Amino acid sequence: MIKGTLLLLFSFLISILSFAQDGDTIEMADTMRENGKIYVVVAVCLTILIGLFVYVFMIDKKVRRLENNNE
Amino acid sequence: MLPIKRLLLYKPQCMKKWWWKIVCILLLVYTITAGLLFNVPRKPIIQESIRNLYFHVCMWFSMMILFTISVVHAVKYLRNNNLRSDILSRHYAVVGIVFGVLGYSTGMIWASFTWADPNSSSFSSFGAIAKDPKLIGAAIALLIYFAYLVLRDSINDLDKRARIGAVYNIFAFAFLFPSIWIIPRLLESLHPGGQGNPALNPQDIDARMRLVFYPAVIGWTLLGVWIVSLKVRLQMLKEKNVLES
Repeated sequence: MIKGTLLLLFSFLISILSFAQDGDTIEMADTMRENGKIYVVVAVCLTILIGLFVYVFMIDKKVRRLENNNE
Repeated sequence: MLPIKRLLLYKPQCMKKWWWKIVCILLLVYTITAGLLFNVPRKPIIQESIRNLYFHVCMWFSMMILFTISVVHAVKYLRNNNLRSDILSRHYAVVGIVFGVLGYSTGMIWASFTWADPNSSSFSSFGAIAKDPKLIGAAIALLIYFAYLVLRDSINDLDKRARIGAVYNIFAFAFLFPSIWIIPRLLESLHPGGQGNPALNPQDIDARMRLVFYPAVIGWTLLGVWIVSLKVRLQMLKEKNVLES
């Protein structure tokens, strides 16, 4: 029973190893992740997104004011 | 009741709710952060650009959802003759078109890096890429929706405009089926998702990516609905002023 379970676990591990090896040959932006510069990109994107949201919210408020004045 | 009177009595209460706007913001902040930072499968050629799934594909999903809401309102107009449904239908279609154009342009950028011949300039493989049935189908679908705007907005009479617009909207939606869901799947294409349901099939998309992809679709769609609600509310104010003066 234990032998069988261990064998099963081992076979799972082998598949993980092969998965990792398969991936290592493919070039990704790993250096960007290592030196943390990716966080700069995330920060810039989030700033733009939040800026846009603030803008949309302001338009929303303006429309609400117009609606209230109109009643 | 006269349709114009109904429009005057209408108070957009449901659009003033704000909780879903917060959900939209949170989901999109999550999309950007997780979309750039989380692990993705390592695939040749496509490499890190696989993250475009959270942006490019979501544009098309949002477009389809917005067009579906638009056609629902068109049918509603034909059933109840309420001009409010007509205005909603028109603005859902407009924002759907905006998302479609964004999806098209992001696809252009993505394709020029993944489909183009790496040994020559991406411009020289334009001929091969432009022949792709998915691209042509999507272009036809968008052009039909452009024609919807031209047709509806060129009629001055309120009721006629709404009726013809609603009927054409149903036609345009019906044409989405062959042009973006059927024909591209029958022909060979470089675009993924030729077999079965792209991005919805659990075997087709990695579990790590689904974790970000589904929230991203909801977030982008909610953003579209938010913009629609603003446009509709402004339009209602305009119409009210015109009718009252």
